[in-house]
Amino acid sequence: MKSLIQSVLLTLFLMTSHSANAALNVFACEPEWGALVQELGGDKVTVFTATNALQDVHHIEAKPSLVAQLRKADLLVCTGSELEIGWLPVLLRQAGNSNVLTGKPGNFEAAHYVRMLEIPSRLDRADGDVHPGGNPHIQTDPRNFAKVSDALAQRLAEIDAANAGFYESRHKDFSLRWQDAIKRWETHAAPLKGFAIVVQHKGFPYLEDWLGLHEVATLEPKPGVEPTSTHLAEVLAQLQKQPARMVIRAAYNSDRPSQWLSERAKIPSVSLPFTVGGSERAKDLFSLFDDTIQRLLDAIK
Amino acid sequence: MYKRKFMARAIALAFLLPMAAQANDSEEMEKLRAELQQIKQNYETRIQSLETRLQQTETVAGQADKKAEAATVQASSRPASSNALNPDISLILSGTYANRSQDSDFHITGFQAGGEIGPGTRGFNLGESELGVYANVDDKFYGGLNLALAPDNSVGVEEAFIQTTSLPGAVTVKAGRFFSGIGYLNEQHAHTWDFVDNPLAYQAFLGNQFGDDGIQLKWLAPTDLFLELGAEYGRGRIADTEGRDKNGGSAGSLFAHVGGDLGVSNSWRAGLSYLEVSPKDRQSNDLDAAGTYLTNSFTGNSKVWLADFVWKWAPNGNSTNTSFKLQGEYVHRNEDGTLNTDSYSASQDGWYVQGVYKFLPYWRTGLRYDRLNSGNVDYGLNTANLANTDYDPKRISWMLDYSPSEFSRIRLQLSSDKSRQEATDNQVFIQYQMSLGAHGGHKY
Repeated sequence: MKSLIQSVLLTLFLMTSHSANAALNVFACEPEWGALVQELGGDKVTVFTATNALQDVHHIEAKPSLVAQLRKADLLVCTGSELEIGWLPVLLRQAGNSNVLTGKPGNFEAAHYVRMLEIPSRLDRADGDVHPGGNPHIQTDPRNFAKVSDALAQRLAEIDAANAGFYESRHKDFSLRWQDAIKRWETHAAPLKGFAIVVQHKGFPYLEDWLGLHEVATLEPKPGVEPTSTHLAEVLAQLQKQPARMVIRAAYNSDRPSQWLSERAKIPSVSLPFTVGGSERAKDLFSLFDDTIQRLLDAIK
Repeated sequence: MYKRKFMARAIALAFLLPMAAQANDSEEMEKLRAELQQIKQNYETRIQSLETRLQQTETVAGQADKKAEAATVQASSRPASSNALNPDISLILSGTYANRSQDSDFHITGFQAGGEIGPGTRGFNLGESELGVYANVDDKFYGGLNLALAPDNSVGVEEAFIQTTSLPGAVTVKAGRFFSGIGYLNEQHAHTWDFVDNPLAYQAFLGNQFGDDGIQLKWLAPTDLFLELGAEYGRGRIADTEGRDKNGGSAGSLFAHVGGDLGVSNSWRAGLSYLEVSPKDRQSNDLDAAGTYLTNSFTGNSKVWLADFVWKWAPNGNSTNTSFKLQGEYVHRNEDGTLNTDSYSASQDGWYVQGVYKFLPYWRTGLRYDRLNSGNVDYGLNTANLANTDYDPKRISWMLDYSPSEFSRIRLQLSSDKSRQEATDNQVFIQYQMSLGAHGGHKY
């Protein structure tokens, strides 16, 4: 009996104690932040990504597997701006992990470090799913990654001080490559400037802001409300007067509303990866924007 | 002022120059040349000074831009939630219309249930509206209050608890009044149920839902597989009983839940729970052998086992268009004590299984089957007026609901309720459930 108790206690101890040289456990709410942490942390981090590109991050089930992963996390990296409000607070309360609670260094919200767009002037649920802090889909503008990576590298260094130098040098390297890439993308995307587009969900204000695209209509009657046939007909009528060059949706959106509009308005329907993993090609942050721009350019050919 | 003088001179020169050349007066030419040189010099210094000023202005403007951007970033780095400094307040408005083929003298044949159970009164019904206030108390505690507003204008305290948030090793301690962590449905508030009412097994053995005054200890294992262990100790306020006035508690429970994913589209959770509680004067409606309604009172000891599982499917984990949820629970209760004035013991069980299918965005339909097994009952001397029966109550329910957003739901439910041996109750419910205020996420 005594030896049984001893072995149980030992197992519990081994299960709960972290070995000193273990990698930093990072829980990323969305694939883009998982990819960014991987860029900055290399082999010093173990990244768990809670959602994938085919899921609507507004609506995620607070699954047991997510609770279990959050319990182990040293750092939580999420978009913030209430994008995850339907599920993250539930996970946090169940995981019992005080390192990653709001306000702790282990809780990182990317939206804090960029200039937010579409901050609503009034809050009313009759307006659909609006976010008080502004539109949370900040990952469609690569310039935002530059700002977030600065803050995230600092945060990694703060939490894992032993590897601070490592994170700093990886951040430097990433920043250089990223700035070059932004220049390249901007040159490639120059022909897109000024084009009118229709979007399915209001998920692209940052992309529009970056590339100078002009959003003339949304297929969702209100943010987060599925397109209705009445509203689609209205959009179609609007396009007769105010034509657009393409209709854009994210990989997780149903393709039916944009296909419907595409056929009738005779404009191409473009599915953008929206985040890492949203298309065959979008395997990391760099290929995410390579692919996004290529798809947009293909549409105006 | 200067500008005008320049212009005038320049124009004058332009006219004068050719004339001067014609005049061929070298002295005049020299004079003019000197003047021109001076003008040119003047002009250059002025341009230079203007350029420096422009440069200065540009730098200042650039700094202003940067400042403005920093200000907007700062402005957007406001607390993540608009309620961050205030409690999350949520109000659930719920109402039902019930059309039933039987009257409201509800009882479950052969089961000493107790508590607020059954389909409620017929006609329009306020249902159970709830007011919840939740917030972090400080960096160590979280707390909340949930009031249930009943149709008869009474207010009940459904939950009022505090919970630790920063104990090491993923241990949480909860104290106060709260829904017990046993089973799957027990911890869920009425507005998250998939049907209008709770399963018969919950009604028969837990007085619909077991909430107690006490303390709960929970631990989450640091494993990839979700494993949660919990223990509770409390007053024992089961099925609308008061609990006992004594030192220590009258209820204790242990529960374990495991869960995980199967690929990206499937997730599951299963659990096993044990509850031991000693109700005092638990009142249950019954029909005696002579066919008259009576209320029995039980005082004694109950031992309840629960096994639960839930499985959820959504293609790629995206439940916007379609999803499926299958859940079931088995409950077994052993009781020993006094019914009215004589001895009573019973060993009974029951189960339900239900599936809910989302077939379109916003639309779900579900089917539930409920079953109770009469088991072994020893009424002791009560057999004088309580007949032993081998009747197994059952019920089948179908529902269709429409949720235009995560905050609103309208539901139609049809049930054929054979809880009573003597009569089948065919029920039609129309229900609305709306939530205002804080965006409360739902548990798995």
